[in-house]
Order: sequence, then structure tokens, then C-alpha cells
Amino acid sequence: MRSVVPVLTVVGAIFVLWYLAAIWLNAPWAYDKAGRAGVTLSASELVADTWAQEKPKLPAPHQVVTEIWNTTVEKKITSKRSLIYHSWITLSATLLGFALGTGLGILLAVGIVYNRVMDRSVMPWVITSQTIPILALAPMIIVVLNAVGISGLLPKAMISMYLSFFPVVVGMVKGLRSPEVMQLDQMRTWNASSSQTFWRLRLPASMPFLFASLKVGVAASLVGAIVGELPTGAVAGLGARLLAGSYYGQTIQIWSALIMAAALAALLVAVIGVIQRATLKRMGMA
Amino acid sequence: MLIDCAISAQNLDLTFQTNDGPVHALRDVSLDIKKGDFVSFIGPSGCGKTTFLRCMADLEQPTGGSITVNGVSPEAARKARAYGYVFQAAGLYPWRTIGGNISLPLEIMGYSKADQAERVRRVLELVELAGFEKKYPWQLSGGMQQRASIARALAFDADILLMDEPFGALDEIVRDHLNEQLLHLWARTEKTIAFVTHSIPEAVYLSTKIVVMSPRPGRITDVIDSPLPKERPLDIRETPEFLEVAHRVREGLRAGHADD
Repeated sequence: MRSVVPVLTVVGAIFVLWYLAAIWLNAPWAYDKAGRAGVTLSASELVADTWAQEKPKLPAPHQVVTEIWNTTVEKKITSKRSLIYHSWITLSATLLGFALGTGLGILLAVGIVYNRVMDRSVMPWVITSQTIPILALAPMIIVVLNAVGISGLLPKAMISMYLSFFPVVVGMVKGLRSPEVMQLDQMRTWNASSSQTFWRLRLPASMPFLFASLKVGVAASLVGAIVGELPTGAVAGLGARLLAGSYYGQTIQIWSALIMAAALAALLVAVIGVIQRATLKRMGMA
Repeated sequence: MLIDCAISAQNLDLTFQTNDGPVHALRDVSLDIKKGDFVSFIGPSGCGKTTFLRCMADLEQPTGGSITVNGVSPEAARKARAYGYVFQAAGLYPWRTIGGNISLPLEIMGYSKADQAERVRRVLELVELAGFEKKYPWQLSGGMQQRASIARALAFDADILLMDEPFGALDEIVRDHLNEQLLHLWARTEKTIAFVTHSIPEAVYLSTKIVVMSPRPGRITDVIDSPLPKERPLDIRETPEFLEVAHRVREGLRAGHADD
């Protein structure tokens, strides 16, 4: 594992910068407190204070780690304060939205590849859909769905779907079109039907493209689920934790939710990676 | 039209409309190929030899004249799976084993599992690849891959084999070997073979009939019935008869180029 050393070096550098930045950003508040108390701070007292404030501008890494520890390992999963509980709320919306988005993306791609009208008309709309800022769109999706009586998991999943179908469409269109003219001619010489060509040639040929898209799509899904929790005043989920943290100036809580979201994204991408390797290996393509 | 014609073309024309104006890929091409013939098409690129082969396979539509394959239209022949087509590249699916690749057309044509397995075994033996059934394409050399693709074209017992420069991408040593194998295979299976090439020795060595073509417009300039015996060891290529046929092919190719 020769890659371990450079990775650790980078991580170490990030921690050093983070601690230094915490001193720099939190020092004014430390001086302010000391001034009001009428004491002067030595250098070591200053550093100790900037790394242990209750509502720091930038919490130090160990504060975030402690917060994450306290809200995951130390809390029961059913507790409203458990980060695991909130992560699960967000994850369930993410997974549902990802499944819906992948399904929609594959269906659209098949339509685009097989139908001339869809080929001409759908792609511009697909691209347009992604130029609208999701933050502007999310509240409206939630409000409209609420008006027709849909609430809870599904509206958030819809926003996830909205973000995740795009890479799947783009990747699958390219993947389904990846067979060469020769391979398609060959199918014709065997008098293969369209569905036989699809299942035996186009779909298997598109697998490497699909997995590349899924990795992007699952990360986008998570972003979608978090964004979906922001405008609704959701009481649970990582988005809700972020929002509540910003209302009350709980920077440590914000950072721990952020780190949790990042870890979740990394985990999801890694899971797709494992499935990708297993599948392509079984197909003899890796 | 003769009853024992595998392929018969009368005054075949094919013009592609391109942005630079019409391209005459084939003009006034007439040819009869008898059942059991081994016919090579030779000529410089652009002479329409591949296009002609694609017309036989119903992959191109002629714009004039008529063509029949086994006495019916190319489309009907294609739907009846009357021919196997071997492309320049082996085109094996990387996600299927060699056996899986060969049974692909059989699956499409609805053969039973047992029949598929039996046929895969038989054609693999025919191309001397027995034992490679479970291997993936990337585990085979280029020559072996091309043999597997020939096996795939043979698997469903079409009596016509259309081959478009199947050995064009292989080196000469492998090519010699495959040519020899192809002759054995032809002798054993008694198929009709139409073979596109741009190698004179290959055409002369393999064929009972050599069709020399020239470009702009794509047309037939000479048809040579080979006087060589059916039994052909590789060293037949040094005999005077062989060299004479090769000479005539070369002359035909040169004549086709005279107007350039």
C-alpha cells in the first residue's frame, strides 16, 4: 500500500491548516471575552480557548469528532439527537430518489436511442432541467406535492431523482450507442429483433457507462435529499440538522452534519464501486 | 437464371448520394456464383467489392438491377438465415465466453440449449479451437479470435459464407495458416464462399473463381476461373500455374487503374 503515505500526508496537512485557521478565526472572540473579564491571554491560553469555544466560527477538528462521537455512538439510534437517525432519514430519501432517478434515466435513454422524435426533443429539456438551480426549484416541488397530498419521504426523493436522472440519461445514451456499426450489422445478418439486439448487445455494452453515471448520480441524489430538507423546515435529516445548526449558531453541529454527509456520500460511491467491479468482472469486462 | 446458382447478380447498380455528389459504388455488375464455389473479390479500395458483398447480405440496397441469393431476394435470404457473414474484425462480445459468442446467433434463432451446446462443440472442432469454449475473447490471439468468429458464422448451418477481408488485420504467417484451414473447412462443409480480399496470393490460393474489380465506378473487369486443382498444399504457390493466374489477376488490376 504505497498510496497510504501520500494520503496520510495530505490528511495531516489538512488538519494542520484546519487547526491554524481555527486559531485565526476564533481569536477575536477569545480576545473579546478576555477583554470583558479584564484578563490578558498568554499565547497558550489563547490557543486553548480558540480550540474549545462553544459556538466557534470554525470548530476545531477534535470538537467535531467529539460531537460526532457523542451523537452517534453515545446516543440511541432512535433518539432525535442521534446523527445516525438523521443520516438514515436522509439516506432513505437518497436511496429512493436514486432508484427512481436511475429508472427514469434508463427509460429516457432507451427512448432517446430508439425513438427519433424523442432523440430530437427530449435531450434539450433534460439539459435545461439541470440549468435551473435546484435550490429555487426544491421549495416549489415540495409545495406542489404537498398540495396534492404527497408528503414525507417522496417529495425529498423527487428532488433526489431530479438531480440523479441526468448523469444516467447522458451516460446511458452514450452506452446504448456504444456498439459499433459492424456489431449492429452483424445482428442484422442474424435477423435479430430490436429487443434481442437491446438485451444481448446494447444493454451489456452500456454497463461500464452506466456505472460511471451511477457514481455521479448517487452523490447528486444525496445532495438532492439534503437540499430537499432545507426549505421544508424538516425536523429530521442531515439537512434539518444543518438548518437547525445555522438558526442557533451551532457551528459544531453544522460541521458534524457536513462531515457525516460527506462520509455518507463516500460510502455510497464506494458501494457502487464494489458492485461495479463485481459486475464487470463477472462480465469479463474488467 | 441457373438453378444451381447460390448468388446471381444482373446489371447491379448502387449509387450513394453524398455531399460531394453521387458516388457510383457499383455499376452494371453481373455475376453468377455456383453452389459450392469459392469466389474471391479482389481490387483496390473503393472498387465496390465490400459493397457488393453487403448487397448479397441485404446490408446495402442496390439502386438498380437485380440480385438473388439462393434464388430469392437478399432480404428473404437474410430472414431465412441463408448466409453467415464474417466481418473484418472478429467482433466477439467481451462479456461472453468463446462458447457464449458462438451460441449468440443460435440463441437469437431459437435453437434449444442442448442443440446450441452440440453445435458450439462441433464448430469449435471445425476451426480447431476445441477446448477454448470457456475462455474469454481477450485470452485469445487475433488469429484465434477470427477463427472463433468464423465458427460463429458456421454454427447455424447456412450454406453460404460471406467473408469481408477476414484475415486483413493478421500477419502473414497467421494468414497462411488460416488460409490453409479455410480450404480444409470449405472442402469438408461444401459451402459456397464469397471472399473479399486485397491480397493477390490469398485470392489465387483460395478461389475457384477470382473476380477482379476496379473503382470509379465500381465494376468487374475480369473473372478468372482457376485451373488449380481442388487439393492445394501451401507450396502450390510456387508452381507455374499459380503464378500464371496471379499474373492475370495483376494484369486485370493494372488495367482497371489505366484510366487514373
